[in-house]
Amino acid sequence: MIPPEFEYTAPESVDEALQALTQGGEDAKLLAGGHSLIPLMKMRLAAPSLLVDMRKLSDLRGIERANGGFRIGALTTHAQVSQASELGVAAHAAGKIADQQVRNRGTIGGSLAHGDSASDMPAVLLAAEGSVVARGPNGEREIAATEFFQDFFETALADDEMITEVRLPAMDGWKFAYEKFTRRAEDWAMVGVCAMVRGDFEDVRVAFTNMGGTPIRASAVEEALRGQGRGAIEQAAQAAAEGTDPPGDLNATADYKRHLARVLTRRALEKAAAA
Amino acid sequence: MSSTVGVRISVNGEVREHEVEPRLLLVHYLRDRLGLTGTHVGCDTTNCGACTVHLNGEAVKSCTVFAVQADGAEVTTIEGMADGAELHPLQEAFWKNHGLQCGYCTPGMIMAAADLLQRNPDPSESEVRHGLEGNLCRCTGYQNIVRAVMEAAHSPQRTTVGPPPPEKPEAREEVGKGVGA
Repeated sequence: MIPPEFEYTAPESVDEALQALTQGGEDAKLLAGGHSLIPLMKMRLAAPSLLVDMRKLSDLRGIERANGGFRIGALTTHAQVSQASELGVAAHAAGKIADQQVRNRGTIGGSLAHGDSASDMPAVLLAAEGSVVARGPNGEREIAATEFFQDFFETALADDEMITEVRLPAMDGWKFAYEKFTRRAEDWAMVGVCAMVRGDFEDVRVAFTNMGGTPIRASAVEEALRGQGRGAIEQAAQAAAEGTDPPGDLNATADYKRHLARVLTRRALEKAAAA
Repeated sequence: MSSTVGVRISVNGEVREHEVEPRLLLVHYLRDRLGLTGTHVGCDTTNCGACTVHLNGEAVKSCTVFAVQADGAEVTTIEGMADGAELHPLQEAFWKNHGLQCGYCTPGMIMAAADLLQRNPDPSESEVRHGLEGNLCRCTGYQNIVRAVMEAAHSPQRTTVGPPPPEKPEAREEVGKGVGA
C-alpha cells in the first residue's frame, strides 16, 4: 500500500522542527518511529501534507535519572526502554509491546502522542503517575498523565506541540507486573492491566489498557486492596470492571473485555505481589 | 508529485545514492530501485515480518519505514548475509534443518533471527519462539525454523551479521528541503 503524497523535512534541532510544524499548518505531522503513523497513512486514514521527521533530534534520545525520577527522551525506542530495567514497570511493559522489529522503531513519545488506548505505555504512565513534557511555540509545559489522555486518539497535545520528554517517578520499593491478553503474539492488547504494589500492600495501583477511550485507573480495586494483603486479591479483582464501558471490537465484546479485566487484574496483582 | 529528496544509504556495505519521493517505502526502494528482491513484501501491514531488514544493525519491518528515514544509515538485507559463496551460519542452518517450505518468509526470518542472536547469543528454545514473534510462517509450523536458529546459535563459525560496511555514509538530505515546494 502506497501512502498519499506529502512534503518532507528532517530538521537538525527541536526549534527548527517546531518552526516547520507551525509553518506546515494543521495538516503537518511529526514523524518519530512512524509505527503508528505510517500504517495509518498506508490505510489512507491519515494524509498529512508535511512530515517533520524527528530522526536528527538526537537530544531527544536516552534515559537519565534526575530529581527522584527518570527523564526519558521522546525518541527513546521501546527496545531501549525495555532494556533499562531501572525503569521498573515501564521497562517490563515496553518489552511486551508488539515484536522486536516494532520495538526497534517505535518510540515512547510517538506512542503516547498517538493516544491509542489499546497501546501499552499510556496505562503504565497513568499507573506510575508520570507526565510528558511538551514544547511548542509558546514554550514548554509539563502535562500529567491524568490530564494528557482525553479520548480515543485524543490527547492534550496541541497541533503545534511536540513531546520532548517523558517523566516517570522512581518507583523504588514498588513491585509490579503488566499483563495483557492478545489473540496473536504481536497484537494490540484486547485488555492490559498494569499492577503496582508498594511494600506489603501499603499502596496499590492498577491501570487498564483498552478498557475505554483513555487508560483508566481501577480505583475500586486499589481501595479494596490498600492496607490489605495478598489474600484479598481474588475478591478485589472482582471489582475490576466496575464503572468501565469498554468498546466492543472485532476481537472482543464489551462483556468479554470486562471478564478479561477481572482475570488479568488478579493475575497481574498476584505476579506483582510475588515479584 | 511532491518534491523528491536525496538519500545516501549504505546497503550491504555499498553506498547508494538516489532521489526518492518521500512516500517511497524502504522495502520498495530496496526491491524496485536497487533490484534487491530477496526482501519480500508479505502483509504490508507491519505484521508478518517478511520484509525484515537491518537498519543500523537492528531488525526492522521495511514496509513501515520510509526510505528517507534511512538516509545516512546502514541497511543489511538477506543478500548481504553470505560471505561470497559461503552461506551465513543462519542460512546454512535453515538449509540443513529444512527450516523452510515455500521460502517466502525465510529472508525475514533469517534477518529477525540474526537480531535475536545479537541480543541473546545463547537463547533457550522458548526465547527463540518469543524472539521471532514478529515473523509469520504459514508452511512449517515453526518447528524446523526454531531448530535452525538453535543450531545456528551454537554454530562454531557464527559471526555477526554480514560483512562490515566500509563506512557510514554522510546524510545527503538538507534541512528544509521539500517544505512548501
